[in-house]
Amino acid sequence: MTVIANLGAAAPELFLAGAGIVLLMFGVFRKSDATAQVGWLAVAALVAAAGLVLTGSKGSATLFNGLFVTDGFAVFTKLATLGASALTLILSLSWLAQEQVKKFEYAILIIFATLGMLMMISANNLMSLYLGLELQGLAAYVLAAFKRDTLKSTESGLKYFILGSVASGLLLYGMSLVYGFTGTTSFDKLAEVLSHHPSTGVMVGLVFMLSGMAFKVSAAPFHMWTPDVYEGAPTPVTAFFAIAPKVAAIALFIRLLAGPFADLVGAWQQVVWLISILSMAIGAFGAINQTNIKRLLAYSSIGHMGYVLVGLTVASPEGVRGALVYLALYVFMNVGAFAVVLSMRQKGRAVESISDLSGLSRTSPGLAAALTIFMFSMAGIPPLAGFFSKLYVFMAAVKAGMFGLAIIGVLTSVVSAFYYIRVIKIMYFDEPVDSFDRPATANTVILWGTSAVTLLFWLWPAALINSAQTAAQVLFPG
Amino acid sequence: MYVAAIFLPLLAAMIAGFFRHILGDRGAQLVTTGSVMASAAMSIMIFIEVGLNGQPQSIQLFKWISSGDLQVSWSVHVDTLTAVMLVVVTSVSSMVHLYSWGYMHHDKSVPRFMAYLSLFTFMMLMLVTADNLVQLFFGWEGVGLASYLLIGFWYEKPSANAAAIKAFVVNRVGDFGFALGIFGVYFLFGSVEFKDIFAAVPEYADATVTFFGIQAHALTIIGLLLFVGAMGKSAQLGLHTWLPDAMEGPTPVSALIHAATMVTAGVFMVSRMSPLYEYAPDALAVIAVVGATTAFFAATVGCTQNDIKRVIAYSTCSQLGYMFFAIGVHAYQAAVFHLMTHAFFKALLFLGAGSVIHAMSDEQDIRKMGGIWKHIPVTYAMMWVGSLALAGIPFFAGYYSKDMILEAAYASHSGPGMYAFVLGIAAAGMTAFYSWRLLIMTFHGKPRANEHVMGHIHESPPVMLVPLLVLAVGALFSGYVGYDLFVGEGREAFWGEAIKVLDATDSVAHAHHVPSWVKLLPLYMSVGGIALAYVLYLFAPGIPGVIARVFRPVYLFLLNKWYFDELYDRIFVRPAFVLGRHFWKGGDGALIDGVGPDGIAAATRDIARRVSRAQSGYLYHYTFAMILGVAVFVTWFLMSKAG
Repeated sequence: MTVIANLGAAAPELFLAGAGIVLLMFGVFRKSDATAQVGWLAVAALVAAAGLVLTGSKGSATLFNGLFVTDGFAVFTKLATLGASALTLILSLSWLAQEQVKKFEYAILIIFATLGMLMMISANNLMSLYLGLELQGLAAYVLAAFKRDTLKSTESGLKYFILGSVASGLLLYGMSLVYGFTGTTSFDKLAEVLSHHPSTGVMVGLVFMLSGMAFKVSAAPFHMWTPDVYEGAPTPVTAFFAIAPKVAAIALFIRLLAGPFADLVGAWQQVVWLISILSMAIGAFGAINQTNIKRLLAYSSIGHMGYVLVGLTVASPEGVRGALVYLALYVFMNVGAFAVVLSMRQKGRAVESISDLSGLSRTSPGLAAALTIFMFSMAGIPPLAGFFSKLYVFMAAVKAGMFGLAIIGVLTSVVSAFYYIRVIKIMYFDEPVDSFDRPATANTVILWGTSAVTLLFWLWPAALINSAQTAAQVLFPG
Repeated sequence: MYVAAIFLPLLAAMIAGFFRHILGDRGAQLVTTGSVMASAAMSIMIFIEVGLNGQPQSIQLFKWISSGDLQVSWSVHVDTLTAVMLVVVTSVSSMVHLYSWGYMHHDKSVPRFMAYLSLFTFMMLMLVTADNLVQLFFGWEGVGLASYLLIGFWYEKPSANAAAIKAFVVNRVGDFGFALGIFGVYFLFGSVEFKDIFAAVPEYADATVTFFGIQAHALTIIGLLLFVGAMGKSAQLGLHTWLPDAMEGPTPVSALIHAATMVTAGVFMVSRMSPLYEYAPDALAVIAVVGATTAFFAATVGCTQNDIKRVIAYSTCSQLGYMFFAIGVHAYQAAVFHLMTHAFFKALLFLGAGSVIHAMSDEQDIRKMGGIWKHIPVTYAMMWVGSLALAGIPFFAGYYSKDMILEAAYASHSGPGMYAFVLGIAAAGMTAFYSWRLLIMTFHGKPRANEHVMGHIHESPPVMLVPLLVLAVGALFSGYVGYDLFVGEGREAFWGEAIKVLDATDSVAHAHHVPSWVKLLPLYMSVGGIALAYVLYLFAPGIPGVIARVFRPVYLFLLNKWYFDELYDRIFVRPAFVLGRHFWKGGDGALIDGVGPDGIAAATRDIARRVSRAQSGYLYHYTFAMILGVAVFVTWFLMSKAG
């Protein structure tokens, strides 16, 4: 009975699971095509889940015998995840309509993937962690291959699946090592055991786990799948991949490292440090030669994950706060950027080459202005949002005396500014090619919203910074 | 009134410069000329108040720099020396402004020209009214800037641009010395205010500083450094090469800047620092020698030049030499006196030359002139007045001032003084000679210009002749009127605190008691020079050619201006170009660009290519990378733990 009484803490997850099943039934039993209806209902379900997260308990609570935890940190990251999922789903719906893909399962898969992410965020045990991760992963593999009649999409789905399985293997192996050396999978007990005498085996297991999770956030050197999968997967799926799972996986990263493995900070710090630097470098240099906007954004997201991991490497409340702020703003910038990419349609056909943007400032000035805002923001030009997100993580790094990390971060962001600004140069100074079709209304609305947030964040930064501060504080009691 | 007199020209320059499209040519001329004339009227009133009634004024405008001990303010400090300069600058400037109406009539950027002239006037006034070395330096650089702009006024002409750059660069050398001198003053006295410096000078009379590892007399070092600045600005031997080239500018500019005012800034500055120089006799000796040598050198070169403006330019150079050796023998008053008379008659000569050039359809070579005096009688008469004043013929302005200088040099009874006296006497003869050579070749003899030019000869319009007449009045009477005040009995009351001469070395006082042959010798030399010019160029015109052939090396040496330009070209200009090219190609191009921007960019592209190549698309490559990553992490982790 106690289990039932406490279920309220898991209300969003339960609701989302139920909604997924109900919508699946709805889609199956409807005679005509139900893609749009299921889609919008799914958006509503995600928004409702976000509402449940907001109205749910603010304090910490565990249930399912300590497998599941909710706290302020979970609230913050779940909101970001749900928001990212909902926004990308809206973008997807207009794409589905434009491409005339009549498969309502798309929205169901997004719901289950999101459910997996929420479970990752709330995981309080290695087992529930793996469960959430796999639920998210399996839904994602299917999504990558969603346009199964095209070679690229299927190739991308297959690649993602195989490499994801390898990563899962690494993760599982790491978990088994940790279990073997500590005799527990519970985060709370792990923390207790590890505070006394951590053995080398545990640490090796941790390195394996870090590798598996680094795959999920596409951090170097486990990033190789990202450009290929991003390019091959349908564009709205790419948008989804680039945003929501990253938020959830970073949240998991943070919870794991700041929670059970907090006492091993000396051990994991150097690994995360290296992953962070490699990611920033790969993200900066890899994108330079790209001609496909989706590949470019793939490298961009690798780089951004590197910057987020800077905040994690610092292992302080400031660092985590910086990482959370970065993630939240990352959601807005990328949703906006992908909204532009999804609006790149000429004569009813989607294009995704960077050169297709030539002279966009003359053919569709609004779109060009929006993308300019996002590119400048990602490059970290003040006073746009992206500047502040970088500022907070670098500040945390400097405060912790990790000057090398901050300097490398600044240098790589200089290099990455090159390709961001190149996009702007192409839009504003190159001769126009064919003009784009009118973007879907939903895209336009999202574009307006995200560019406004990116552009005007500096006016009201306190709301986000403070809530990130509160969320980060939860993980550092005392 | 004091402030208005100085800032009116600036205001006019800004109005004429920035609103030239609204004002048009005539508007710009009216605004600038009107304000400079108003400034001139106020300057005369200031002169009466300060100079004649002996009431120096000092007005602090506002603070400029306040940094630790260094306090610098903008101020208007007017004593007798400043008042004299104010009158000279504003009166000559207003005449030149007026003259430019006619002379620049055909030019297409009249407002720009007028704005530059007014800007120059303002800067010159800033220079002379400074009460500290930094404001003086501001004005000093400001006139340099205006000079640069005006020499290169016809910027389509490559030669004008080259001359402008040359003037600027040569002045940089002088200014470097000047700046070092100011640093030295601040180092020694802890202040750049004149009154603080002058009050402290006697205390530091025997102070020494270590300069390049040598223990040296501090005031001498400072005096010499400041004099290097004065050499640049006043075209003394060594740094004189820019002045003849500066004649590329329009003739009114030559009259105003390169004869009457800016080039005398060096004389002004050294006179202003007289309380300091009085305690640096070695520096003064150097000044006397340099000045005398310049006077002699420039006079010899002036005898062989054929460009009407260059002859007068070398004459200016020579006369500036006179002023400096006057300073060198402690006769500051005589130097400033000559500065004033020279400003009038040299501006007159230049404007007269401009009038000739105007009449001769822009011809400047006196070998292509001749026989035109009947066509332009007023100009002819004015050139006579100017030449008589320059040659020092009695009762013309130059007679009083130049003779005073030579007498003071003799009366100083020192080695440098005698050196200066001998060279000065020789230069006086040559001055008369080249002046009449110029007059005769330009106005007399057979016409050597072609008929087309001869047909167009016309007297200049009244707007150009009136300034000539006004300046002629100055050239006629300024010497006689000023003699008593500047160097005569009334001098002590007149100068007050503005110029300080120690009693022991007051050569102006001694100059009144020299033997009569000393007083008459310059006159004999001048008359002799004039007579010789008549013989050689009017009565027996074949002789100069014979002389030039017989003494060919000497002639070429003089014609080529003692080969200074060639020497500098060889020693400084070309090595500088070689060095510059070296730094450009090797240092900047190969090293900084190569390793810096270009190198980093190339490296970035290279890395980007490698990263992209690693992205092969093969699953087993990717898997391998992941496993390798794990292996490396684990290894690194274990290693670092062990270590």
